[in-house]
Amino acid sequence: MDIQTAVFYFLSAILIFASLRVITARNPIHAALHLILAFFTCGGIWALLQAEFLAIALILVYVGAVMVLFLFVVMMLDINIDKIRQGFWNYLPLGALVGMLMVMEMGLVLGSKYFQVAAADAMVPAGVSNTKEIGALMFSEYVYPFELASIVLLVGMIAAIVLTYRGPKKSKYTNPNQQVFVKAKDRMRVLQMPVEKD
Amino acid sequence: MLTLSLSHFLILGAILFAISIVGIFLNRKNLLVLLMAIELMLLSVNMNFVAFSHYLQDISGQIFVFFILTVAAAESAIGLAILIVLFRNLKSIHVDDLGSLKG
Repeated sequence: MDIQTAVFYFLSAILIFASLRVITARNPIHAALHLILAFFTCGGIWALLQAEFLAIALILVYVGAVMVLFLFVVMMLDINIDKIRQGFWNYLPLGALVGMLMVMEMGLVLGSKYFQVAAADAMVPAGVSNTKEIGALMFSEYVYPFELASIVLLVGMIAAIVLTYRGPKKSKYTNPNQQVFVKAKDRMRVLQMPVEKD
Repeated sequence: MLTLSLSHFLILGAILFAISIVGIFLNRKNLLVLLMAIELMLLSVNMNFVAFSHYLQDISGQIFVFFILTVAAAESAIGLAILIVLFRNLKSIHVDDLGSLKG
C-alpha cells in the first residue's frame, strides 16, 4: 500500500465518522462542529486529488463563512432538544436499512471494472498550476456562468437581508409616502376666536 | 483495493450521500440538521465531480464544483434566514408547529 492510499483511507475514515456524527449528534452545536471536521477532511481528500484551489476554497468558504453562520444561528435559537429528537429511534432501523441498501447497490455499480482507472494514469505533471488552469477556463469559456453565479450570490444576500430585516425600530425616520400625500389641513389648524379688546 | 483508483472516490461519495439521506430520514423534526444534511449531500456530489475531473483530466469538473459551492452558500444563507424568521414568529423550529398554512 503506497502512502497516498494510506492517506486516503485515513481521511475517509475520519470523513465517514464525522458525517455519521453530524446526523446522530444530540446537540445541534456538536452536529455543526462535526460538519466542520467533515469539510476539513474533504478538503484534504480533494488535495489528494490534486484539486488544490478547490480544497482551499472549500475550507475558506465553508468553514470560514457558511459554518460560522450555522453556528451563529444554532446559538441564537432556543431549541428544545427532546422535542426535536422525537421519532429518531423509531426511524433508525428503516433508515439504516435503506442507507445500507443504497451503499451496497452503488458500491456494486461503482466498484465494477469500468471505474478502475488507476491513479498513475491521471497524475498532473509537475509545474502545472491548478489555480491558473481554473482561472484561464473560468474567465474564457465559463465567463457567463461566472457572472450568473455572482447574480445568484447577490440574490441570496438581498433575500437574506429582506427576510430578516425588521425595520428601524429605535431611530426616528421619515416615511416618504406619507410626506407626499400630506395636506395642509393635517399640519395647520386655523382657530376661530373672538377678537379680544381692552 | 490497495492502489487508489477512481472507484474509491466514487464509493466514498456514495457512502456520504447515503449517510446524508439517512440523516434526512432520522432528523425529520429538526430543520437545522436537515440543512446540514443537505450540505453534506452537496459535498458528496462535489466529491464525485472532483474525482471525475481528476481521473478524466478535464478541469471543467472543478469549475462546476466552484459553481455548486456558490449556489450552496446562497442556499444555506437563505435557508438560515427563513429559519430565523420562522423562530421569530413561532418561538420554535419544530416541524409539527409549521402547519398554519393548512388553515
